[in-house]
Amino acid sequence: MHTVLRSATKTVTIGHDQPFCIIGERINPTGRKQFQLQLRANDLSRLAIDVEQQVSGGADVLDVNMGVPLTDEPALLGRAITMIQTLTDLPICIDSSIIEALQVGLETYQGKALVNSMTGEEDRMDQILPLIKKHGAVIIALPNDATGIPMTVAERMTITEKIVRTVEKYGIPLEDLVIDPLAMPVGADPDSLKVTLETIHSIREKWGLNMTLGASNVSFGLPYRHAINAAFLPAAMSHGLTSAVMDARTPLIVEAVRAADLLLGLDPWGSNWITRFRALEASKAALNTGA
Amino acid sequence: MNHDELIKALYDETLLGNAPRVLELTNTAIESGMGPDTILFDALIPSLEEVGARFERGDYFVPEMLIAGKAMSGALNVLRPLLAETGAASIGTYVMGTVKGDVHDIGKNLVNIMLEGAGFTVIDIGVQAPPEKFIAAIREHKPDIVGMSAFLTTTMPMFKVNIHEITKAGLRDEVIIMVGGAPVTQEYADAVGADGYAADASTAVRLAKDLIKKRRSLVPA
Repeated sequence: MHTVLRSATKTVTIGHDQPFCIIGERINPTGRKQFQLQLRANDLSRLAIDVEQQVSGGADVLDVNMGVPLTDEPALLGRAITMIQTLTDLPICIDSSIIEALQVGLETYQGKALVNSMTGEEDRMDQILPLIKKHGAVIIALPNDATGIPMTVAERMTITEKIVRTVEKYGIPLEDLVIDPLAMPVGADPDSLKVTLETIHSIREKWGLNMTLGASNVSFGLPYRHAINAAFLPAAMSHGLTSAVMDARTPLIVEAVRAADLLLGLDPWGSNWITRFRALEASKAALNTGA
Repeated sequence: MNHDELIKALYDETLLGNAPRVLELTNTAIESGMGPDTILFDALIPSLEEVGARFERGDYFVPEMLIAGKAMSGALNVLRPLLAETGAASIGTYVMGTVKGDVHDIGKNLVNIMLEGAGFTVIDIGVQAPPEKFIAAIREHKPDIVGMSAFLTTTMPMFKVNIHEITKAGLRDEVIIMVGGAPVTQEYADAVGADGYAADASTAVRLAKDLIKKRRSLVPA
């Protein structure tokens, strides 16, 4: 199954036979005090740095979240999307849990967007899916509902089933549905990622759907987070994860993903891997000669 | 083991989060005639204070804090009925919950651990707690403080809804209200009419104690 995302000029395909899709997580004010202050003062200049670092780091798609308290999030998100589309041709993942913000985001965006996200709660699906259909966008859905985050594979599969049926009912092709199988911090529950990996495997077996998750969440509260993130992603990929909202600026993590592409047969003859190596060598050489 | 050795072992094993050993030592201490308040105030609370201090300094990590909290909770289950018998007063009752629409519980649980560690009686009403649940818990437990946690900018507005509902139920003057969570700021806490906000678990405990002290000095019991 191929999930296609587009900007005005560029197409990105997510699939089980494709190299992993890296969705850069950085454009998000959560936990970034300085960035929050700037956004509240309507200063979007920081976006240029965040975009540049993630593009050069190897992102395929950029997540854009403008969730700052006490601001007009829909307006802010609309402006950010317009600005980012002048800075890069990468497709965007419009990230908000406010319907009006998603609406403005989708109206502003040029292309076929990824939308992050909706839960399996019926009222949420009934609010968001008509928007997805209208704009021909792709929706990320989480298998949790009003009762909280289910901690068994069976419960997550049941809610995923409900999501799949509802998406079909709205006449949206399953290619335009991406499931987030929920990755929780391993520091808070030693067994929770086993549930995540098994859920990924089961969803792939049953529907062949594309999947994504917030990968940096797994290392919350622990030291050397980058190494944990770098170990988690290849494990999730080998179970069937096809994309992640993740750190695209740390070479160790991006390299772990690209190496896993190669090892899992998603980068035949290592052509992407070797091209990346040559580019790195070239930029090192340029630095050394002072060019 | 003599008295000092028992206290030290309880302190050390709680610090390491060794729940089975802490439980065992608690039972040994009780059998040896040690008062439950001594176990609590001379060993467990200082140990959890140290856990909090290490966490604040960045020397301790989330799993270490969680297992220390679990070790302490195990001991408290044994001590609670004994403490009630001896009439040793809890320093305050704290009702805590994550607001409706929000399933994040790690931050809330860390604050609960530090509150229990400081001698508070904590009533955890869980995640996705609607206003009715906060109100029912206030009526049932008559807490000094109600704590609300939210991790998302989209669920933070529930603070205001909850405070409005608590006010409508005529309970606003009965409780101190504290709010917290990753996206929450002092400015936001003020805007929704909360009495207190803290950025981390240790600060939350200090603030909780201060707010109770201030209130009790205003309203003589």
